[in-house]
Amino acid sequence: MSVVVVDYGRGNLFSLGQALRKLGTEPVISDDPAMLARADRIIFPGVGAFGDAMVGLRQRGLIEPLRAAARSGTPILGICVGCQLLLTRGDEFGQHDGLDLIPGTVALLPEPQAGDPAGVRIPNVGWRPLDVRKDAPVVGSLKPDDWMYFVHSYAPMVDDENDIAATIRINGADIPVAIARGNIVGVQFHPEKSGAAGLRLLARFLEAEIGS
Amino acid sequence: MPAPRLIARLDIKGSNVIKGIHLEGLRIVGQPGPMARRYYDDGVDEIIYMDTVASLYGRNNILPVVEDAARDIFVPLTVGGGIRTIEDIVAALRAGADKVAINTAAIARPEFLREAAETFGSQCIVLSVEAKRRGEERWEALTDNGRERTGVDVLSWVAEAEQLGVGEVLVTSVDAEGTRRGFDHDLFRAVRACVSVPVIGSGGAGQATDIVATVVEDGLDAVACASLFHYEQCPPQMLKAHMAEAGIPVRPEASA
Repeated sequence: MSVVVVDYGRGNLFSLGQALRKLGTEPVISDDPAMLARADRIIFPGVGAFGDAMVGLRQRGLIEPLRAAARSGTPILGICVGCQLLLTRGDEFGQHDGLDLIPGTVALLPEPQAGDPAGVRIPNVGWRPLDVRKDAPVVGSLKPDDWMYFVHSYAPMVDDENDIAATIRINGADIPVAIARGNIVGVQFHPEKSGAAGLRLLARFLEAEIGS
Repeated sequence: MPAPRLIARLDIKGSNVIKGIHLEGLRIVGQPGPMARRYYDDGVDEIIYMDTVASLYGRNNILPVVEDAARDIFVPLTVGGGIRTIEDIVAALRAGADKVAINTAAIARPEFLREAAETFGSQCIVLSVEAKRRGEERWEALTDNGRERTGVDVLSWVAEAEQLGVGEVLVTSVDAEGTRRGFDHDLFRAVRACVSVPVIGSGGAGQATDIVATVVEDGLDAVACASLFHYEQCPPQMLKAHMAEAGIPVRPEASA
């Protein structure tokens, strides 16, 4: 199986690569559109700001190849900013167009009310429990004790709630942190940094029948 | 309250994990590889590697240790000590670090924090502050693992660093460090009040109740433990059990 990790200069690919190797998969870390076209699985990581990440994709000519791979049914997993880029647009530092593989907008997390003891400071950094939609692809396999590691100020607010695979509770709101539509899956958290539970999620993405 | 992060802090000298008191009088407590693995298996949320002599010798020899850890430890890893340039950060990230903690180089040239945050994102840049008490509500920032005075006021420095773009602040009480007599709560509260980014407290924990007190009363987002774990007085799972008993949410062991 060819697992391609998309390298567009906006991510710490090392940890993700190590996690996949731990699972017995040697990933192809590449910015080559031809590799994307041949991939059995595409993992699309990312850190930093939405607009800057899109610039990284555009400079390497990866926007259309990613869309083509999505249309052809290749399972794609977006992680963190990679998840956000799957959406229609982002609001960070101005309006930016995303890949538009799942309709929605990337928006700032709600701030805590002053003095709220349950308040979550933004950026949301740490391990959190998830509310998982049981029938969601890949993410639906997570159990209540499988907390995930987050570091983010923005979240993927999808237009259609059927595309929500998991949420977390932040400052009074249920915030989507995993999304799925057909062969496209996105997670706002970092499975490659979420211990044994995170590794199992990655394994699930590599093994599961997705979108078919 | 969101679950605070429990971080294992490994102070490294050469190829050993060391522990001192007030960052001095260092003794060897073990090897970084097996210790990190043990803490990971026992449920720590993150690991901080601090090269205690990097600034002194102007080099960084901690990276092979991190690279080794990153092969089979899948929690966030932070590297500190001797991070002086953008190239040092690139090297740390390539070795498997997720974040870098910067102290000495930032005091010498605060703009370095801005450059680092703009290049790698705020989530990657941790300000490390070694705080020495100089008065009622006054602390001086030290550098070079507590060896050098700077005259810089800790509270104004952390506020400035947040403006420059750091994503977290790791504050170590030099006075309490290694004593196991409890935290400098005044320091933690004062720093907490000065910044809105996450604050990690370090230095002085001797028992689980110290940790409970600081996350409940001081509002810290994370605690970095060394002695508490190294001397197996209160390993991570035991600490989590104490915290859960006190009503603090903690990450459970993942389902098998």
